[in-house]
Amino acid sequence: MRGLGAILIILTSFFFTGIVFRTKSIFSGRKGPGIFQPVKDIWRLFQKGNVYSETTSFIFRIAPNIYFASVVIALMLIPFGGQKGIFSFTGDFVFFAYILAVGKFFNIIGALDTGSSFEGMGASREALYSLLAEPAFFILMGSLALLTGYTSFYDIFTSIHFGSSISYAIGALASFVFVLIAMIENSRMPVDDPATHLELTMMHEVMILDNSGFDLGLIFYATHLKFAIYGAIIANLFLTPGKEWFYSIPIFIAVQILFAIVVGTIESFMARFRMSHNPQFIFALTSISLLIFLTVLLIVGKFL
Amino acid sequence: MSLSLIILCVTLFFVLLVGFSKEKWSGNIALVSVLINAGISSWVAFKAVTGQEYIEILGGGSIFGDIPIRIDALSGWFILMMNFTVLTGILYGRRYMKHYENKSGMIPLHFASFIICHVSMIGIFCVQNSLAFLYVWEMMALSSFVLIIFEYKKPETLKAGINFLIQSHVCILLVTVGFIWVSSRTNSFDFNAISQFSASVSAEVSFFLFIILFIGFAIKAGFVPFHTWLPYAHPVAPSHVSGVMSGVMIKLGIFGILRMMLLINQNYLTTGYFILAFSIISGLYGVILAIVQHDLKKLLAYHSIENIGIIGMGIGLGAIGLGIQNPVLAFAGFAGALLHTLNHSLFKSLLFYGAGTIYQAIHTLNIESMGGLIKKMPQTAILFLVAAMAICGLPPFNGFISEFLIYRGFFEGIHLGSLSLTTVLILSVVALVLIGGLALLCFTKAFGIIFLGTARSEFDHEVHEAEASKLFPGWLVVLFILIIGLFPQIFIQLLSNPVALFTGSLGNGTPVMAMAKNLQSVSMVTWTFILAIAVIAVIKKFVVRNHKTVASPTWGCAYVAPTSKMQYTAGSYVRGYRKLIRPLLQLNKNEENIEGVFSKTIVSETHPYDKIEVIFIDRPLKFMNNLLARVRFLQNGNVRHYILYGVIFIFIIVIFSLLNDAVIYLTKLIKQI
Repeated sequence: MRGLGAILIILTSFFFTGIVFRTKSIFSGRKGPGIFQPVKDIWRLFQKGNVYSETTSFIFRIAPNIYFASVVIALMLIPFGGQKGIFSFTGDFVFFAYILAVGKFFNIIGALDTGSSFEGMGASREALYSLLAEPAFFILMGSLALLTGYTSFYDIFTSIHFGSSISYAIGALASFVFVLIAMIENSRMPVDDPATHLELTMMHEVMILDNSGFDLGLIFYATHLKFAIYGAIIANLFLTPGKEWFYSIPIFIAVQILFAIVVGTIESFMARFRMSHNPQFIFALTSISLLIFLTVLLIVGKFL
Repeated sequence: MSLSLIILCVTLFFVLLVGFSKEKWSGNIALVSVLINAGISSWVAFKAVTGQEYIEILGGGSIFGDIPIRIDALSGWFILMMNFTVLTGILYGRRYMKHYENKSGMIPLHFASFIICHVSMIGIFCVQNSLAFLYVWEMMALSSFVLIIFEYKKPETLKAGINFLIQSHVCILLVTVGFIWVSSRTNSFDFNAISQFSASVSAEVSFFLFIILFIGFAIKAGFVPFHTWLPYAHPVAPSHVSGVMSGVMIKLGIFGILRMMLLINQNYLTTGYFILAFSIISGLYGVILAIVQHDLKKLLAYHSIENIGIIGMGIGLGAIGLGIQNPVLAFAGFAGALLHTLNHSLFKSLLFYGAGTIYQAIHTLNIESMGGLIKKMPQTAILFLVAAMAICGLPPFNGFISEFLIYRGFFEGIHLGSLSLTTVLILSVVALVLIGGLALLCFTKAFGIIFLGTARSEFDHEVHEAEASKLFPGWLVVLFILIIGLFPQIFIQLLSNPVALFTGSLGNGTPVMAMAKNLQSVSMVTWTFILAIAVIAVIKKFVVRNHKTVASPTWGCAYVAPTSKMQYTAGSYVRGYRKLIRPLLQLNKNEENIEGVFSKTIVSETHPYDKIEVIFIDRPLKFMNNLLARVRFLQNGNVRHYILYGVIFIFIIVIFSLLNDAVIYLTKLIKQI
């Protein structure tokens, strides 16, 4: 069952953003939409026609396809507990980061293709912040590789808990970093506010101002998938192999729901940073992952 | 008749032919010559790469001694790489030069130098006699100087050319010092003498020898801080020359470093750290400066520095692998470096050809005045896009494969070895990630601003796509880029012989197999990615078939009269980045203030400058200028004075010898006392 992880991620993606919205609405004292509302929105978008700007070229039309395809490939690389992902090889997390970068590349040039000043602004911010977030992910994966001695998602996650119980502490720290990386990658709260109505303060939302219909649906759904992918990575930190599927699947779902609630909570209680403060925040993230690296160095005894 | 003589005769014949034929024909003659020379050398080189070395001894008389022509797997790999780029270069160049016909009369000279340059590069890869090597190297330097200054009537071209000439001679000087040192001790010019010499002295001395030669070759390769000639020379040369220079000529430096690593016996761990440190700085500094450049070719030139850094990281990793005796690290490092050398020669030459096509279409290289070119030049845009994605290291193109190999080595090494090794490797990973991310920022800017949106300035002539024969070499390169990106496992097999020269008995096949298998999985995912894109496109077509597709203006927040001036510019696109990185940059900014309610036209100019150039070139030059200004009165142009100086000089020499006698006499006297 190599595809189990992929199937679960797709299932989670249906309700993940719904839970985020629900959490936000409960905290703000509203009843809020049902948790499947985002998926229904996407379904509605799929049934609409497209509006293309006269300025755009074929880049704008293929960009959402490639962005979505890159996320699909990324989710195929994620393992699930004792199961490998659909693709699993040494160094697959490098491929994971780079395939997501392909999607980002097209997202950015798709935005620039419209010739809109707003979308250029969003593209510029997206390119800068996601580049700054990249080192944190790699340091983290490097630390995990150092801890376990392996260099693929599957091997790292299956062997992470064979050492001492301190690895759970690392897991907790690592999930903290992953949550924040997911927030940056998906342009959520402390860095970007998806609910803002002013183009000047947007990042991701402003990049897709001109997308409509099927394309917009693809982009939205890719975002949901991305969230679920990061949730799956976090869940993997706590899924020990050997546990039966009737343990690991509930753990997986529980972690995902918890992650969604955390995202919703962060969004409810934090304000968006000023744009100029974002880099500092992202640098702080990198230093946390460096801390993890130092901790791992201590654990494996390289300091002696 | 030996192969090298055949190549020399062919070259001589075609150079003369270019000289005596019509200007119109010279490009095609050069093409034939390059084809013949490339054909002969590639045949031998391919056999060398697959394991069959070629050796030939030329008699060099009493001065040179025997000149061995050896093509081993390393030379073979570099010759194959070089031949391909030179071939696409001449295919592109002979069309590019059509624009200059009947204008300058320098075209035959240009193409003759091109032929000579090609042959001297082949020579550099296979001549293994240090004196002859220096001669061939000098031939390459001079012919490329002629190639660069094709538009010599422009003052900045001449200035950049002379800058190049001087710096390449500093490079030759350092290499000469290294070679003379060895040959004065061993009385032989053969390259084998270098390894004999370094085996006979202590590790520190041979490391010192390596550093001298490394710096010499690093100037050619463009490692920071020896890179300052590169951002001047690349932009002023004709585009096919920039492509060949950036693609293969700076790789001569990489080849030199690799060759010296093979010859000089040393502590590989130290060398590895040393090269890694240089490379990380080069890689980061190159891309950091590339982003703020708005001259397209200058931007590409800084990216060459970045990619040299990536190649160097591979070499450093490989050397560390040799130092700690780990086959996977060594293989991943050297294979990554050699493959990236090939990859860079492909996408960088493609980018320069694209820049040349754009330049000839709109007559400017300033990114800020471009925009919307994708509609007028769709094929050029696609070629540029492929190259841009490849240089960012994005799958499914070739840049990813070599970077993946290097990443693989880094992560493999993290849990081996000591604390210092682990820390260095994680820092290298961070550097490589940052380089990748910054390159993405840079090339989304370049592609987005040049090709997308609407035109930012109007041109008084029709802008149209280049002719098919000018685009053909570009498509040829794209084909190669895709083959490497989609079937990387083939190239790992090809690389096994060149890498085995370094790893020796350490390799023994296992890492090659493991790596090939690894890349097979990578290529499978890559194919799935392409399949996924296709499937999504088909689904989209199927779903939206019944829906209406409408064209309308870009959403401008209800503003209905947008102009192209409202678009994001290259400067504004990188503004956030520029503010973040300001301490490392030197931006010379001329800005006027807005005065009054109805301001007059104000001008704001930014000229990015290189801080390292200020420290290493400009300040020392200024200091020397001040110092030498004091004795400038001697240089007064009066012949009689010069004769007087000569006489005084001879006189001083005589006095010195007398003084010497006096000193000897005095010391004897003191000893006796």
